[in-house]
Amino acid sequence: MRLESGASLGPITVAYTTQGQLNADRSNAILICHALTGDQYVSGTHPFTAKPGWWDTMIGPGKPLDTDRYFLICANILGGCLGTTGPHEVNPATGRPWGPDFPVITVGDMVEAQRLLIDHLGIDQLFCVIGGSMGGMLVLDWAARYPERVFAAMPIATAARTSAQNIAHHEVGRQAVMADPDWCQGRYQDEGKRPHRGLAVARMGAHITYLSESALTRKFGRALQERDSISYGFDAEFQVESYLRHQGITFVDRFDANSYLYITRAMDYFDLAQEHGGVLADAFRGTPVRFGLISFTSDWMFPTYESRDLVKALNAVGANVSFVEIETDQGHDSFLLEIEAYHRTVRGFLEGAAEHRGLHRQ
Amino acid sequence: MNAQTSITARNNGSNKHIRVDLQLIADLVPAGARVLDVGCGDGMLLDYLTRNKGVDGRGIEVNRDRVAACLNQGLSVIQGDAEVDLADYPDHAFDCVVLSQTLQAVHDPKWMLEQLTRIGTRAVVSITNAGYWKNRAYFMFAGRQPFAIHRDETWFDTAYIHPCTMRDFVDLARQMDLGIERCFAVSAKGTHKEVDPDSWHASVFAIQAVFLLK
Repeated sequence: MRLESGASLGPITVAYTTQGQLNADRSNAILICHALTGDQYVSGTHPFTAKPGWWDTMIGPGKPLDTDRYFLICANILGGCLGTTGPHEVNPATGRPWGPDFPVITVGDMVEAQRLLIDHLGIDQLFCVIGGSMGGMLVLDWAARYPERVFAAMPIATAARTSAQNIAHHEVGRQAVMADPDWCQGRYQDEGKRPHRGLAVARMGAHITYLSESALTRKFGRALQERDSISYGFDAEFQVESYLRHQGITFVDRFDANSYLYITRAMDYFDLAQEHGGVLADAFRGTPVRFGLISFTSDWMFPTYESRDLVKALNAVGANVSFVEIETDQGHDSFLLEIEAYHRTVRGFLEGAAEHRGLHRQ
Repeated sequence: MNAQTSITARNNGSNKHIRVDLQLIADLVPAGARVLDVGCGDGMLLDYLTRNKGVDGRGIEVNRDRVAACLNQGLSVIQGDAEVDLADYPDHAFDCVVLSQTLQAVHDPKWMLEQLTRIGTRAVVSITNAGYWKNRAYFMFAGRQPFAIHRDETWFDTAYIHPCTMRDFVDLARQMDLGIERCFAVSAKGTHKEVDPDSWHASVFAIQAVFLLK
């Protein structure tokens, strides 16, 4: 495939999972777009971590993403590290891992890779494309790029572009990875090393942005970890430190450092308005897609006003748009959590869209 | 494939009973129109219009539980504050904009009317008539502000911060050069009839009034 940078990449592999049954007229497919560090194992037990999939609470019979009703597809994004072509995989030209020779990719490139998969599955129109955070950016890009192939779109806790603050957070993460001597200029696989420490620090920093001040206070406050008083040292004395270290350590076991660099970079470049002459509304002019947007009150990574900017742009072109802001103190990570009002909204939007699509309950 | 084909399919609870003033409003909305319901609540009117008149309906509602209820019915509704968000809608985006029993509760009714008539080719606005004779009598004989008594509220906590009479409304509409195409008076019994906007009888005996503005 031709990348937005002008480079070409191929042949590419796309690793994906499906659940439920595709109906006879192929009209009940939902494409789930995962976030920065998510993967295609959306529900059930994850084959590598042995933990529940990242959207396990959302998916299953009778759940908002009802596997009795819809055919769910989730693909590892281009540049990912769980089977889809990415810097971790072998470059067929050299027989060695791509590493830093992997071309820089964009959100649009990720969508193109998914589009090839949807073509391959013989699906003309997806009933819905849904995803949170960076996944929401893919949803928006899908709707802008292929309005006739998307009946409904649910971009959750996302934005039409990556803010300066988020680019800044990404850069701190990348610098942490690249400062690790085991990163080896990106050739750590060839050297038999892994930049564990750098990637763990990157994850710790990022994880703070996924939570909220009030959630951290509620969960940890200033409570100490396995001790009664401060010990005037640099161990993980506070529970919140211990928690973050745990987040960092478990992350490096399942994620590739170069993938982290490439995917955060792709997010940084995402700016839907810029791709349409600086006018966000032009990305959706004449769109037939039904949009359902959700934001969360305590999300400071993708604050509600970024969703409202999207609603504004969609209204300006007379698009069919619904929007709800869910009240919660759980921050950006809310989109992964089982919050009753949130799940009810996803279910309601999908059921409403399904009626309009003529997808009736069996 | 698209919305039009499925409307008949979801028309399974048609002609269910809706509030009298909503029925009157619904009758003023042309079939198949693009409609924006400002302050759409739990979507009763939008749902009725979608099922029975095939409109392409949208709503704005400030209460998120009500928005969720709307979505659950397949309606397209945005959670937001109409007093802010309407400014972002383009001119003539809708054939008809509806504001039901809300004008007296907004901070700037004049701005609201400007927005409704800017965004919609037509606007349907229903008001509670503060000049209803019982209000006049209560004010005169009890010496107390009467406009909140129907809502179990008192003068200091009522949401009706801008009570207006039929005459007040008609005056404002004319001052703003808005055309009153049709005007209906709703009686306390729930019956309604079309009246002259300047009707003295209606200004005294209508408990609610519905205006079609252009």
